[in-house]
Amino acid sequence: MFYILALFFFTPIYNPMAKITYITHDNQKHIIEVQNGLTVMEGAVQNDIPGIDADCGGGMACATCHVYVKEDWFNKLPKKEDGEEDMLDMAFEPKTNSRLSCQIIVSDEIDGLEVSIPSKQA
Amino acid sequence: MIKTDALIIGAGPTGLFTAHQLKLIGLSCEVVDNLDKIGGQCIELYPDKPIYDIPAVPECTGEELTNNLINQLKPFDIKFHLNERVEEVKKENNVWLVKTNKGTAFSTPNVIIAGGVGSFEPRKFSPKECEKFEDKSLFYSVKDKNIFKKKVVSIFGGGDSALDWAVELSKDCNVNLIHRRDEFRGAQATIDKVHSLVKAGKINLFTKYQLATVTGDQQIESIDIKHDSNEVKSLKTDYVLGFFGLIMQLGPIANWGLNIDKKTIEVDTEKFETNQKGIYAVGDICNYPGKLKLILSGFHEGALAARACFKLARPNEKYRFEFTTSSKTIKERLGVKSD
Repeated sequence: MFYILALFFFTPIYNPMAKITYITHDNQKHIIEVQNGLTVMEGAVQNDIPGIDADCGGGMACATCHVYVKEDWFNKLPKKEDGEEDMLDMAFEPKTNSRLSCQIIVSDEIDGLEVSIPSKQA
Repeated sequence: MIKTDALIIGAGPTGLFTAHQLKLIGLSCEVVDNLDKIGGQCIELYPDKPIYDIPAVPECTGEELTNNLINQLKPFDIKFHLNERVEEVKKENNVWLVKTNKGTAFSTPNVIIAGGVGSFEPRKFSPKECEKFEDKSLFYSVKDKNIFKKKVVSIFGGGDSALDWAVELSKDCNVNLIHRRDEFRGAQATIDKVHSLVKAGKINLFTKYQLATVTGDQQIESIDIKHDSNEVKSLKTDYVLGFFGLIMQLGPIANWGLNIDKKTIEVDTEKFETNQKGIYAVGDICNYPGKLKLILSGFHEGALAARACFKLARPNEKYRFEFTTSSKTIKERLGVKSD
């Protein structure tokens, strides 16, 4: 009985997280454990990573959570919706590997993702 | 100088409902907004997107919500000052003196900031030298299209504004249309029109290009545009137009002596008053423990701030809480018959 209880107490609660690397414009690397299900934007905002404004709060309506996704990761991410590409037209210095971080949902599949934050959002 | 019991900065949903609450308890108010229309983010960012969490409204778009709020204000006479941005707020003899960029001045005991994430400003080009030509030969909106006649105009952007102006100006100017990708996000009819004008040689289209540099002395002489493949093209041009939509900037609010943290203003949760007596912040722009950036929270905050305004606007009267269902005075204000 004791062993069963001990097992119960010492088994960590399974809380799936993925490591996301945010590279800020000054080339600082911030490696953050972000809970699965949150967005890459939320992971940045909740951990005070500078450079992500997210003015609209994740509504794909403002293009101020713009990031550049490291090339080898770009094609592994789920594809952009049309609306996201439209918003990226308005982002500051968009490139071919641009994404809105509010549209990237953290999961085991993207564990290890690296994103760079532009010099400014507007 | 306009005297009013309360001045609301921001005509988004929170500002509108706060105006309603002020008028309901018998106070006068005026509203200032930098946009050219009422509705704030709801109308500028997501007029067509459905919202599902307005109490008792299962589903409505940003535009519908705005129209309903405007309808709710119909019984009242409220002056809106659109296209104006509040620049200065300072205290004199216990009242706040407020000035806008158009020179409108208010004197009021209460200022309610319902400014969302700040005022909407056009998104600008990234090359630094663009600033020098701004409002001379580089613009983010068109005020007088006649200045472009017979000139070379380079238009940047892929939305309706860029496409509409490309079509319009192609009639009597030499138009370059430059966009960062092949697809446009305008109305299909306009996109088709642009493509037919390109075919007819009336518009020179450059896609997958972005602005790299601008050269010229007083006036722009030429621009360099850069392709995704890094190839650079130089274009002779007289004018440059950029249409990248609007962005929210906190702007002058940052200079009014308020406690600001991460673009939000700290308030108490009784009056939604800031660290300055008589200045309140409600809606997305305010911050307190547990703050939720929901429209419904803005309504609550506005209702409480309005009651707080009463004390400063009517120091010798006592505020009495009343229900709209039973109060004769409120019904008179609303212009409805009491039973």
